[in-house]
Amino acid sequence: MTEATGGIEMEEDTSGKVKKFLYVNRKAPYGTIYALESLEVVLIAAAFDQDVSLAFIDDGVYQVVKGQHTKGIDVKNFSPTFRALEGYDIEKLYVEKESMEARGLKEDDFIVPVKVVSAQEMADLMETQDVVLSF
Amino acid sequence: MKLGILINEGPYTHQASDTAYLFAKAAVEKGHKIHRVFFYHDGVYNSNRLTEPPQDDRHIVNRWQKLAKDNQIDLVVCVAAALRRGIKDENLQEGFRISGLGQLIESGIQSDRLVTFGD
Repeated sequence: MTEATGGIEMEEDTSGKVKKFLYVNRKAPYGTIYALESLEVVLIAAAFDQDVSLAFIDDGVYQVVKGQHTKGIDVKNFSPTFRALEGYDIEKLYVEKESMEARGLKEDDFIVPVKVVSAQEMADLMETQDVVLSF
Repeated sequence: MKLGILINEGPYTHQASDTAYLFAKAAVEKGHKIHRVFFYHDGVYNSNRLTEPPQDDRHIVNRWQKLAKDNQIDLVVCVAAALRRGIKDENLQEGFRISGLGQLIESGIQSDRLVTFGD
């Protein structure tokens, strides 16, 4: 247990169990590292064949807005990675309607297909999950 | 109950690690099993062996180390988050190990509840 492996262990014992994982993204894509490191978790999680959904709430909705240009702040624009999620069978992306509208955004402002749901519907969705990770 | 813990903030600046520790301690005392604590984001700093708080303050790193040793808790530090922040085997406290994010997902699958601390 004290031995550091320094790498990713491939032999995870998850005994074929499938749980519903929801990743809740509440923060703007830049300014803090939470959004980027959340996406890193989602990409790793894809290898586990779990039932994965992503939710975008509050400033988190900005993560999936198209046309991001980050050259001026010298930070990598990671938004195209959201387009790759489809290839990992991660296709359930939910944007909260209230957050979207409060920021003057519309459904066609997003870089990937998302389902726009109300705060109540989002709450109902969370209710059905086994593991909710909020970043 | 079998519990997994996720800590997303570093020590001292943020209360997350303190709260997680007190939660873990209370859970163990109640007879629950903490099978793993996963350190992510700035949470990886909770494993820094070079941490040296004033003598009259709590030692957050060593406190985790002791709780884990006494209760066979697996303390896992995310490799990607750790390397980004300069946490390596050289300055990793004994009792912690560096591994991949898969360990977090595994914890979510295996535990009855995965409890997150920090925002």
